[in-house]
Amino acid sequence: MKFLFKGLFLFFFGSVLFLACDKNNEDNTAQLRKDALVQYADLVLANYDDSYNSAVVMKQAIDAFISNPTEAGFQACKTDWLKARDVYGQTEAFRFYGGPIDNANGPEGLMNAWPMDENFIDYVQGQPNAGLINSPASQPVISKEILVGLNEILSETAIFTGWHAIEFLLWGQDLSTTGPGARPYTDYVIGAGGTAANQSRRIQYLQVVTNLLLEHIAQVRDEWKPTGAYRQSFLNVKTSGESLGLIFFGLKEFCKTELSGERMFVAIDLQDQEHEHSCFSDNTLNDLKMNLLGIKNVYYGIYKKSDGSSVSGQSFSALAEKIDRPKADAVRASLEEVEAKINAIPAPFDQAILNNTASIATAIDAIKILGDRLEAAGKAIGAEF
Amino acid sequence: MRPFVFTLIAMLWIASCMDKEASGIAKTEPEEQFAGGNNATNFDFGQNAFGGQANGLSAAQEGFFVTGNSFFRSNWVSAPASVQSLDGLGPIFNAISCGSCHFKDGRAKPPGAPEEALNGLLFRLSIPGTDINGGPLAEPVYGGQLQDKAILNVQNEALVRVNYLEMSGQYPDGRPYALRKPVYDFTQLNYGPFAPGTMFSPRIAPQMPGLGLLEIVPEADILAFADENDADQDGISGKANQVWDARLQQMALGRFGWKANQPNLTQQTAGAFNGDIGITSNLFPKDHLSPTQQQQYQNVPNGGNPEISDDILKKVVVYTQTLAVPARRTHDDPTVLRGKFLFQQINCSGCHRPTMNTGTDGDIEALHDQKIWPYTDLLLHDMGSELADGRPDFQATGTEWRTAPLWGIGLIPTVNGHSFLLHDGRARNIEEAILWHGGEAEKSRNDFKKLNKNDQEALIRFVESL
Repeated sequence: MKFLFKGLFLFFFGSVLFLACDKNNEDNTAQLRKDALVQYADLVLANYDDSYNSAVVMKQAIDAFISNPTEAGFQACKTDWLKARDVYGQTEAFRFYGGPIDNANGPEGLMNAWPMDENFIDYVQGQPNAGLINSPASQPVISKEILVGLNEILSETAIFTGWHAIEFLLWGQDLSTTGPGARPYTDYVIGAGGTAANQSRRIQYLQVVTNLLLEHIAQVRDEWKPTGAYRQSFLNVKTSGESLGLIFFGLKEFCKTELSGERMFVAIDLQDQEHEHSCFSDNTLNDLKMNLLGIKNVYYGIYKKSDGSSVSGQSFSALAEKIDRPKADAVRASLEEVEAKINAIPAPFDQAILNNTASIATAIDAIKILGDRLEAAGKAIGAEF
Repeated sequence: MRPFVFTLIAMLWIASCMDKEASGIAKTEPEEQFAGGNNATNFDFGQNAFGGQANGLSAAQEGFFVTGNSFFRSNWVSAPASVQSLDGLGPIFNAISCGSCHFKDGRAKPPGAPEEALNGLLFRLSIPGTDINGGPLAEPVYGGQLQDKAILNVQNEALVRVNYLEMSGQYPDGRPYALRKPVYDFTQLNYGPFAPGTMFSPRIAPQMPGLGLLEIVPEADILAFADENDADQDGISGKANQVWDARLQQMALGRFGWKANQPNLTQQTAGAFNGDIGITSNLFPKDHLSPTQQQQYQNVPNGGNPEISDDILKKVVVYTQTLAVPARRTHDDPTVLRGKFLFQQINCSGCHRPTMNTGTDGDIEALHDQKIWPYTDLLLHDMGSELADGRPDFQATGTEWRTAPLWGIGLIPTVNGHSFLLHDGRARNIEEAILWHGGEAEKSRNDFKKLNKNDQEALIRFVESL
């Protein structure tokens, strides 16, 4: 009898303990999810903040160059564009779920539109008088308001502002089979020694689109600040499952539709050398690397700023490892494989499109698998989509 | 005892089902939730509900889908550009990409106010008479379509300001309803006044899923739906449009467009590239310019001859053919089944035919021999004077419109963030769209008005479930 009681007692006590443990475990997981979402929001903010600051550095270089145009100053602008582009490239992992960057009011199209309507902006080969810059009679004023207004009239998907507009104004058309575009710095020299016409209007255009880019980055960044409306809703109104769903749906879309499809498959399918995103500066391969780094940042919960410091905290990867180790391992393996395969594509990308399609094709397959695995791991940790 | 009870319960259950049918609840039908059949039905009900790819495609077709999707979404730019595959925009145009009107492969929204630009609403123009192929006779200066946008240093044709006239009405039981009718004001006619007698027809960009299925419904089946002289005296005639096939250089059954004026998706797509974006193809090798405009813009560079290659056009066409239809979400909900019963009872289904089968045309085998649920007969019907554009289009008179397929209609708010319907987007929701039905649909419309509030809502719930 006593034995039986003892046995029953142990059984019940054990059960209660077990249930409590299980309950604790659930509470703990729910808390880890919330922590990881906060870390995500912090990381997004840090990345956009860094992007803004690096674009300010670029703007300073552009302003300095414009006040005293020299070859060295022009090179400094390009170097700073490339640095700022690296930082921005990582933020593309925050797209494709209707967040502040690409919801109905999001400025993504104005910042990153591709392809760029270069002869809407300036001269191109065979058309020395093309572009708004060279149309002082029909377009006497170059201002932010004019460009934004023209965009609204023309379908609201600008093709003459943003990163690639600045890139075109710095590099010019890429007419070379081996290197990037070779616009002379003298396109910005007014008076003796100046090349191309309407230099002062070119200067204006470059300044307007640079300022516009800064405004747009700030607009998105501010939504992720602690007081930002989107961050508030993302962390406090939506459920963890919904917010995780947005993040992982976005990552999946980024991998499976945008990166592997739009940016890589289409380029090799068409065999068009300049069917690449940063076609003026030949920076496309680096864009891809930064896009992948952005995905890793999100998954591992770490962002390394340009100044070398890091923002890190509770990560989705740790959560996935805790909840579903095989799925977490699969993502890790895929991330490593994709990195190796992108690194194996020989630069510049526009030559690989023509001469090394196999290296791009194998990376495409790996990115598609990564997309599937991110979806599986995301759902395992509670992403709802 | 137990088997007896079980049998009794089962019998009662079956009896209650039969009873329900008799008392006005429709039954579910096998596989009706698979709107696009076995392969072309999409189970993503989020913002990508219209953008899913059909299953069962060959590896080559899957590749076509990816590249086709890219050219559907990407902006075209003026020529010459570094990205040669995407240059040649304009000189005049309505849109810079397919996706700017069919956002997320969905439906465009009409301007809400006079100052709003047109993004996804365009205007066809013609004067009395027919062209050599029996189609509308283009306005001599502006052509068959008004392009409200232009590349730099080229003049757009005109702007269109849209105002709405608010109208109110009452259901027989006294409940009020409101409608709005668009009024168009053509301003800044940059190439002079319209020719006398110019007719115009507003056309909004509809959602894209399931087009490849409709393209291969056997012609004989569609013609069998027709009842031009209303032999069965149900007040509904139904007429097939016969239109010009530019490739075959002969007349063909019209299937696509608000007036069924396009025979197939290749011509529809090439026509839209040409008229809407200003992109030439081997099928339509000239830009949409009148002789005067051609003269004026002869030095504007083009993006090659043609601007879109046969290869890329084919890929975009395959993309439009293989967009899967969203599955029904709530096909077995009791309210939806009540609505389904009413939809049949007041004979909405007389034109919005629930189901048909695809044939075996074309090389996309995944689409062959599928039972599909598009809720259209692809035929023209007189829709009454209130909806009329007054502009004939091949066999379609000025009061006739093609029965719009209803599949996917319930997800337009999810994909496109609005619920505007009909050819010009005047209806703000499904209820208003029903109330605009006249002509052959007048009896059904009046029967809808006579329904009580709950039944009207059930019918709308059913339409939303499509």
